[in-house]
Amino acid sequence: MSTATGVADTGSGPSPDSAPALSGGRAPGRIGDRLFSGAATGSGVVVVVLVTLIGVFLLSQAIPSLLKNQANFLTSREWEVAGDAPRFGIIELLWTTVSASVIAMLVAVPVGVCVALFITEYAPGWLCRPAAGLVDLLAAVPSIVYGLWGLLVVRPVVRPFETFLTDHVGFIPIFRSTGITGGTIFFIGIVLSVMILPIVTAISREVFAQTPLPHKEGALALGATHWEMIRTAVLPFGTPGVISAAMLALGRALGETIAVTFIVSTLARDAPWTWSLFNGGETFASRIANNAAEFDSPQKTGAFIAAGLVLFVLTFIVNAMARVVIEGRKAFTE
Amino acid sequence: MTSADLPLPGTRTQVNVSQTEPEIIEVAQATPRFEDSGGAGARRLRNDLARVVMWSAFGLAMIPLVWILWTVASSGIELLTQSVWWTNSQRNITASVRGGGAVHAIQGTLIQGLVTAVISVPIGVLSAIYLVEYGRGRLAKGVSFMVDILSGVPSIVAALFVYAVWVTTFGFQRVGFAVCLALVLLMIPVIVRSTEEMLKLVPNEVREASYALGVPKWVTISRVVLPTAFSGIVTGVLLGLARVMGETAPLLILGPYTKNIATNLFSGYMPTLPTMINQDRTETGLEPAVERMWAAALTLILLVLVLNLAGRLIARFGSVRT
Repeated sequence: MSTATGVADTGSGPSPDSAPALSGGRAPGRIGDRLFSGAATGSGVVVVVLVTLIGVFLLSQAIPSLLKNQANFLTSREWEVAGDAPRFGIIELLWTTVSASVIAMLVAVPVGVCVALFITEYAPGWLCRPAAGLVDLLAAVPSIVYGLWGLLVVRPVVRPFETFLTDHVGFIPIFRSTGITGGTIFFIGIVLSVMILPIVTAISREVFAQTPLPHKEGALALGATHWEMIRTAVLPFGTPGVISAAMLALGRALGETIAVTFIVSTLARDAPWTWSLFNGGETFASRIANNAAEFDSPQKTGAFIAAGLVLFVLTFIVNAMARVVIEGRKAFTE
Repeated sequence: MTSADLPLPGTRTQVNVSQTEPEIIEVAQATPRFEDSGGAGARRLRNDLARVVMWSAFGLAMIPLVWILWTVASSGIELLTQSVWWTNSQRNITASVRGGGAVHAIQGTLIQGLVTAVISVPIGVLSAIYLVEYGRGRLAKGVSFMVDILSGVPSIVAALFVYAVWVTTFGFQRVGFAVCLALVLLMIPVIVRSTEEMLKLVPNEVREASYALGVPKWVTISRVVLPTAFSGIVTGVLLGLARVMGETAPLLILGPYTKNIATNLFSGYMPTLPTMINQDRTETGLEPAVERMWAAALTLILLVLVLNLAGRLIARFGSVRT
């Protein structure tokens, strides 16, 4: 059924694809059909080509710099991209990016699921639409505004909480005090969690709303309380959707640039390694954005593009996983 | 999705009911899914607790929204009430001096947004038409998958890609149009997905009625299907526009800031609201710059919110006619 250009000839019934045959020998329609389907297919192909090109171009620009790199790209903490013997590696960027994004996810997913349940199950009728709209508004706020707000307004508020944690549970390595008072990994995670909350909520909401009514009624008829109905009917039905929402949100958090760039405290070059979440650092995106002025030679640019490529691959994997999970349960995609 | 996938307690309960006939209490206890959470009091408590948790989660989510809007509005409103903000640029105004406006940045943001939309809308809408009306088999699956991937591409990666093509490969300067190209990459998936949703909502009967009248497929799509879904598509475009106008990362890499009015997309720097915010942010401690920063942020939020609200209103009042 791939021919949609009016050449359909089989007796495949009155499906949209074979319908143009009805126009018989009217050439204008056929040419129009051919052009139109060509344009549509062409646009689809453009999208495929674009994504492929992104990968190819990033790779081709990164390879020369990677070949010159004297340090191990995957495990080194150095970032010295100029000169004849550049040494750069991404392990620190990877750690900061992933840990901040995971914190964001750990905060945003439970809250987002609860908000989605609130909107679909608990909110009184008049509040459903406005509540959904308000949460969506969070997604409309430009990320640069999140950056300003996080840096200038929220930072002083969260600071005492961090001090409290380092004072009382600082013996745990990830809560150890590092003396960084600016933007810590932990704090970036908090700001990111606000930014990805609307994604989690929107997708979860959509999935929860599609729980078959008989399942819910069945649970209630068996004497389940409202919460038990949600636990036994709504949540199991929505789990794949929630997982996929979490993945998409993670992808967004990994790539978030400007808010992180504003907030994060960059470390001194020789700062000692620590697992603490109260350390500063740089994510892939913020390292690239912070050094946009350094893109003056192909070699330097290539190093940053290599970092961007890792970020691309990372988000690619996460998004593809989200897609696979949602494909696995077709019920709410079609 | 079949009911067999669900741990629906129905079947088990029925079996148990027949086994434990005599006492009603035992029947209640024999409903395994609901019994294991304790006595009636505990169950009610859990239920109430869940209700409280859901309400407070919503309250929690509202805190940052109100907080952000309040912060930006209260810090930025003063400059916005002065007419000079809407009529002047920052030409010849240094960071420590009050005055000037944001018209150069507003203009730049609008021009770039518009050009981005002009490029993305045809590609996006046509791709969606392909996916819904034509696409079958592996290519359609591939396109759909790539749209998902594209919607997940971080804006900084899109910017790097355009930089690698535009500046490194072709040797062009960093100009407004390069920014547009990066924004196109971010806008296409938004338009494809929203248009796709809308086209799927158009009832098949409408298409079949058209075919039955002997109308060719392409005329059916362009004269019947698209008009039916028009308002939904417009909504998608506006929401996509709102997203790319608030985008900053590509501007940092591809669109340096200038204080002058600049409308040429192909030569020279082009100021935008996000880069204006970024510029004034670096002037730490200078009160006039900080005021301008918040005012520019408020202007940007207003711009994005207006687009969003317009999109939602169109969606509400002009939803697919059946």
